[in-house]
Amino acid sequence: MLNSPYIRKPASVQGVMLAVLVALTPAIAVYASQIAAVVLVNLAIATATAMAGEAFVLKLRGRPIAPALSDLSAVVTAWLVVLCFPPILPWWATMLGVLIAIVAVKHLYGGLGQNPFNPAMVAYCAMIVAFPALMSQWPPAGQLDFQTQLGLVLGGVRELDGVASATALDAVKTGLRAAGATVDAIMSAGSFGVIAGRGWEWLAPAYAAGGAYLLACGVITWHMPAAFLAALTVVSGAFWLANPGQFASPLFHLASGGAMLGAFFIVTDPVSGATTPRGKLIFAAGVALVAYIIRVFGAFPEGIAFAVLLMNICVPLIDMNTQPRVFGYRGDKAR
Amino acid sequence: MISRLFNFRGGVKPESHKTESSGTPIDQAPLPKRLVIPLRQSIRSTARCLVEPGQKVLKGEHIGQGEGSLGTGVHASTSGTVVEIAPYPMAHASGLETLSVVIAPDGEDRWIDRVPFDYRKVSREEALGWLRSCGIHGMGGAGFPTHVKLGSGTGIDTLVINGAECEPWITCDDRLMRERAAGVLSGAMILRELIGARRVLVGIEDNKPDAIERMRAAASTIGDDVAVVAVPTLYPAGGEKQLIRVLTGIEIPQGKFGTDFGVQCFNVGTAHAVHRAIHFGEPLLSRIVTLTGNVAHPGNHEVLLGTQVAELLALAGPKADTDRYIMGGPMMGIELQSLGVPVTATTNCIIAASPTLFPPPPPEQPCIRCGECARACPADLQPFELYWFSRAKNFGKAQEYHLFDCIECGCCAYVCPSHIPLVDYFRFSKGEIWARERERTASDQARARFEFRNFRQEREKAEKAAKLAAKAAETRAKLPEAAATAAGTAAAAVAAEPAASPEDLKKALVAAALARAKQQKAAVTPKNTDSLSAETQAEIAAIDARREKRNTQDADKTP
Repeated sequence: MLNSPYIRKPASVQGVMLAVLVALTPAIAVYASQIAAVVLVNLAIATATAMAGEAFVLKLRGRPIAPALSDLSAVVTAWLVVLCFPPILPWWATMLGVLIAIVAVKHLYGGLGQNPFNPAMVAYCAMIVAFPALMSQWPPAGQLDFQTQLGLVLGGVRELDGVASATALDAVKTGLRAAGATVDAIMSAGSFGVIAGRGWEWLAPAYAAGGAYLLACGVITWHMPAAFLAALTVVSGAFWLANPGQFASPLFHLASGGAMLGAFFIVTDPVSGATTPRGKLIFAAGVALVAYIIRVFGAFPEGIAFAVLLMNICVPLIDMNTQPRVFGYRGDKAR
Repeated sequence: MISRLFNFRGGVKPESHKTESSGTPIDQAPLPKRLVIPLRQSIRSTARCLVEPGQKVLKGEHIGQGEGSLGTGVHASTSGTVVEIAPYPMAHASGLETLSVVIAPDGEDRWIDRVPFDYRKVSREEALGWLRSCGIHGMGGAGFPTHVKLGSGTGIDTLVINGAECEPWITCDDRLMRERAAGVLSGAMILRELIGARRVLVGIEDNKPDAIERMRAAASTIGDDVAVVAVPTLYPAGGEKQLIRVLTGIEIPQGKFGTDFGVQCFNVGTAHAVHRAIHFGEPLLSRIVTLTGNVAHPGNHEVLLGTQVAELLALAGPKADTDRYIMGGPMMGIELQSLGVPVTATTNCIIAASPTLFPPPPPEQPCIRCGECARACPADLQPFELYWFSRAKNFGKAQEYHLFDCIECGCCAYVCPSHIPLVDYFRFSKGEIWARERERTASDQARARFEFRNFRQEREKAEKAAKLAAKAAETRAKLPEAAATAAGTAAAAVAAEPAASPEDLKKALVAAALARAKQQKAAVTPKNTDSLSAETQAEIAAIDARREKRNTQDADKTP
């Protein structure tokens, strides 16, 4: 027997995941056309690996395979892994990253909805710790022909001299170590565009467009992206205003690395993030703050992945202490 | 009169499906072949039966006397003969039975003498008593007795009349307001006077423009302190607490009543019933029921209370692929276990459901904590947290997260992209918590009983010991005398020695006791074998012989 309610809104996990995939397409289009077309090959490899890996673990766990595979959550994870990995990474490294995300982070914790950590971010952290050189080789945007890219991804030989370059974040960070260097001087180099890495900077508006779509669909709420972007702007702006020579502008930070991807697609992961309205603000702002500290003062050029994991740990505490006021409980908090 | 509307967070906008049944006027349902009138009018009280099988009753005649402060009168909905008084299934998700009076209508529909009740000429208590004896109770939701809701008659500023009718498909209140606006408002005025409220706010969802217009037209003849307010269509705006919030901005927490905040709420149907009871002297005998869904002729019918659903459905003509029936709306209604259940004062709608109209929900998927449920929850709860706690049977935590503030409106389950039957989880948790509380009470009582038993046994032991000690002391005091009178020569011998030792005294005592026992035994020797006939004695001897024989045989068999 069924109990009330007898009607359901036409919504599904699959629909939510599909919306995220659709929202990623503008950025993928920019990536493929402006930076490295081989990203499409990586996406195919990652998607296939994610599906196969998920099917394998589900079989081991004795769970029905078809419903879990068709919810598209593994595809979303795979695409996010690819988008935060360098595009000229060898095929096996992409596969390894995806398998870490799907098998270890998602399924060892109990599968969809159970993982306390963001799968793509754990994959990134694990890979950059295990393969720091490989994970730091980024191609300059639009400079390599497709054959070369494909050779790097599929071939065994890696002739990287003159192929890979530092990312904008990396260039600024290492550049500033030289005596007398200023941000402006570093950014006048040819690898920089108007506000950040040449070519790469165009990913930011594409991610933002996808994020706007997710907001419009109601898949994400404004809290996370707003808090993340505001916190990153405020903290980078404060340092920049204090010393523009030694600290890059907020615009540079927003357009570099994974800031926009993070704001709309990573911190907004509902499973591993905070869930209450106030908790979302705290969580996303915390990620931005920690990411900035790692970017500027830490050992790695990009810190969003580590920041997300650190804040993932805090989620239960944040949620517990930010429960919204329940209807009728005036003045006092819900708990 | 009201400057602004408030809003509540959450809520959903399911397809309304009102037009199917709202277009046609209320139809008077024909007299049913029989009426099953439950004596249990609400979940709180069962009336005492006043009739017996074979008795003739008139329409409106008292057949049940409300008991306790929450009881209301029960009446025959038409004239006829009481056929039986027996348990029948009630309109509840459980399908459990309750004692009901079955009446075979005589077809004449003959009324008792109806006398309008002039509530202004009597005390307030008498007026409430009249409503109570007329069986007036809430017709919108839980069926709470109106005389109780009217309270003490002080401290209420605002009377809210609920015409929101926010559940999809249901249109009975819509039709009632469109066709009997004056009656509804007349009832509202009586309620206002009895409760002592300053103003009356009638809340109607803005998807019922015709009802709003009719009610406004009727209200304009009354005065300034009655306002008919169009509230935004957003389920569950018709929930009592939500409507009060929208109209007055007052939030009533769980466990509290509107009266604590100077506001009270009645359904439009209840107001109309009050109007009939006071101005026409008619008890609550019928209500308007929407028949809709997968039927050929959806519409609204004025139905006698006690009419069985099966008989009612014929009026609408359910289509062939109808697989179940929902009583109430699709968000909070119950699936009927039996079509034998009668229409009661709270039966607002029967929906015929088919797999195409109400497809079963897709399979349940894991919760991804997306928070859709929290955004839809009108009680501002975090349903997914409650779900995780319920799944883990972590009931303490569930209560801490305000499980009991859940009004089971169904918004969370409606929006859940993982199709999790969230409300079912909450019902389960609530049930478990109640069961555990009952168990705890029971075990507390058992422990108290056990401890008292131990205490009592100890006390009895102590009392017995004290008694024995007292008796022994007494006996010891009387010993020389007792020993002397006990038994002839022995006693004489003992008595001859004046300086008898305690041992000797004891011996004497034993001897005396033995003598008493001997006497007693002689007195109680069974006498029934003394005067037996020769035949019986022979029989007994034969039986003894057989028994002896068998015993020896058994002994032989035993190795």
